[in-house]
Amino acid sequence: MKVLLGIGGSDDSIRALEKTVERTADAGDDLTIAVVDNPAVERSREDIETTVGDVLGDHGVDATVLRLDGDPGSALVDLAENEGFEQLVLGGGQRSPMGKIQIGNIAEFVLLNSHVTVTLVR
Amino acid sequence: MSPRTYSEAVADPYEAPPLSFTDGDNRTIELRAYDGSDEELEALVEMYDAFDPSDRAQGIPPGREDRIRDWLDNILGDDCLNVVAWSDDEVAGHATLVPDGDAYELAIFVHQDYQRAGIGTRLIKALLGHGRESGVEKVWLTVERWNRAAVGLYKTVGFETSDAESFELEMTIRLSEPDEAA
Repeated sequence: MKVLLGIGGSDDSIRALEKTVERTADAGDDLTIAVVDNPAVERSREDIETTVGDVLGDHGVDATVLRLDGDPGSALVDLAENEGFEQLVLGGGQRSPMGKIQIGNIAEFVLLNSHVTVTLVR
Repeated sequence: MSPRTYSEAVADPYEAPPLSFTDGDNRTIELRAYDGSDEELEALVEMYDAFDPSDRAQGIPPGREDRIRDWLDNILGDDCLNVVAWSDDEVAGHATLVPDGDAYELAIFVHQDYQRAGIGTRLIKALLGHGRESGVEKVWLTVERWNRAAVGLYKTVGFETSDAESFELEMTIRLSEPDEAA
């Protein structure tokens, strides 16, 4: 399956990276990882790309890694729809101190707008 | 995320627990601060284990006993404030304040057997009274915007909407002036 993972550097997106790379290793998916600019995150894109490289290396998985500029939600949806992806994967939200799941702005936009199947990783 | 906004005005001071009242179904309900005992913990686990999953909000309460225990372990900590509504030795409802920087996050749950009997309003007022007495200055919560009963309850006790841009409404309340806080 042709899978697009969007990662902006939040903790839930790093968890989505780990789980998706694990699944790719098991299922033999064709994985593309798009690093987006999440304004809510302080981590730099270089730092995120290093993490992506480490996780891919740990699992011996090959993936295309690219950078997406502009609004992250719309850039991800655009890429997924125009490049024939079958699934768009994102982090499934952060937890509040209370333990409530809080869906981020990128996931909210993607869920409401994507014509490609969306997976939120918990 | 932008910092939360809180009203300049301090909300009505509510009475702190212990309190007792008769609910809309003629049951005697006692409101008490959680005492940390095994008995009270087990009664809470039992209430959440029997909680209707359709009344979950943003993933809480979780749905399996081991997850309920992990979650309760987090929100019943020493730095949290908890008030329990009792019907004899059964838990009818539970409200909690969990520290988050200089504020507290609030959540409240009333078991299905005890809903629509006026317990939620009494319980949240008792929790806010307990919070004010304990020096809590600011409280925030999120609520699913379609949950009009809950939004109405929060407005009734003095919460104001602080962020309507996300999936969930965010609401805040000020319980005491900064210099009043303990």
